[in-house]
Amino acid sequence: MDLRSELVSLTLEHIELVLVAVLIAAALAIPTGILLTRRAGMRWWVLGFASVLQTIPSLALFGFLIPVPIIGGIGKRTAIVALVLYALLPMMRNTLTGILGVDPAVRESAVAMGMTGRQVLWEVELPLAMRTILAGVRVATVTTIGTATIAAAIGAGGLGVFIFRGISTVDTTQILAGAIPAAVIALLADEGLGWVERKLSPV
Amino acid sequence: MSAIVEFRGAGYSVPRAQGSSDILRALTFAVESGETLVLLGRSGSGKTTALKMVNRLLTPTSGEVLVEGRPTGAWDPIRLRRRIGYVIQETGLFPHFTVAENIGLVPRLEGWSPERIEARVSELLEKIGLPSREFAGRYPRELSGGQRQRVGVARALAADPPVLLFDEPFGALDPITRLDLQKQFLDLRNALHKTSVFVTHDVREALMLGTRIGLMADGHLDLLATPQEFRRATSGEARAFLAGLDWRMEGDGPSQ
Repeated sequence: MDLRSELVSLTLEHIELVLVAVLIAAALAIPTGILLTRRAGMRWWVLGFASVLQTIPSLALFGFLIPVPIIGGIGKRTAIVALVLYALLPMMRNTLTGILGVDPAVRESAVAMGMTGRQVLWEVELPLAMRTILAGVRVATVTTIGTATIAAAIGAGGLGVFIFRGISTVDTTQILAGAIPAAVIALLADEGLGWVERKLSPV
Repeated sequence: MSAIVEFRGAGYSVPRAQGSSDILRALTFAVESGETLVLLGRSGSGKTTALKMVNRLLTPTSGEVLVEGRPTGAWDPIRLRRRIGYVIQETGLFPHFTVAENIGLVPRLEGWSPERIEARVSELLEKIGLPSREFAGRYPRELSGGQRQRVGVARALAADPPVLLFDEPFGALDPITRLDLQKQFLDLRNALHKTSVFVTHDVREALMLGTRIGLMADGHLDLLATPQEFRRATSGEARAFLAGLDWRMEGDGPSQ
């Protein structure tokens, strides 16, 4: 396979890894963040756990997961599990901060107007917290794009394949072939999600 | 006359490190149909706490509060709150809703048809002096403080609730706008005959807007009187408030 077509297929593979991981992480982290706004006692434990996950060096986390049954092993699934674990914290934390940051007078009047808990959440808290929540999604996405290059170490593919190959053959061109597209994807994702953030946020 | 809102020995206390601390002690009084009862008091006197027990934002820790003869605890809180309009100082308007969406909120929650909501919104905007054509589509941030407060009042009136609660609604306005809104409030009061409870720390506002004044001090009701009676009241707290009024009157005099 020539470099060009390999570049295209690895880039697509990379984007796929990131998309799947970020979507799963968002589906877990945002509802958890909402739950944490209602359960102050759980905040310390859950955020603490997510923070600890983030402090594990990524290469080590990928390695730890290899022997784990079902979610572990060699390949994409393991990589996605690790990426999801990394992406949880920023989205969870921003959901919590965003909702807690809603003006108490606005929340109080929503309750006083006779809105149900569900209506307060969907019509008031989430729309007003949307910008902060999306900022968390953006941070998580950009970080995941970088971290996903390491997924190649456990055979998950993606642009990291170039980088690892370049390191082992001392070939700067190969390293750049992995690093530059990854950086470009990260910049585009940052810009794109920043745009969505500005478009969707109501205030 | 019949009591629409009634406090029966209603108290409110919060747990503290040692024992508990009373915010309200055994409050007993009734708000009659169509009257505007002003709860006057200093900061921390418990007046806002008392107000929030009416629409069950707070539940009394002793005694009970009755609305239309039924204890608030026996009401479905959602039903109760939709029968009670609520206006607060910061207005609590939803910043992501237009003026029309803010005013039409409770009617929408109550399942009114869009046409009926629209008609009601323009009627109310007209009533508060903000022409619908110009203001309906604006967001709260595009309004002045006085206009926001008017919209807050319109939102409270939208579903025609029998009871209205006001928590220092004009407190943050400049004096000229405040007087303007107070006059408008009087017009509305005289036109609609809603049962209202109005919380303020401004004795002049209390005398102007209340049909009766309940003076709160340290979590209890110090005095319950008509504005005329209140001016002649002898209690220490009432004199303290009236002294502030006299001092201000002198300050307004021509010698200044």
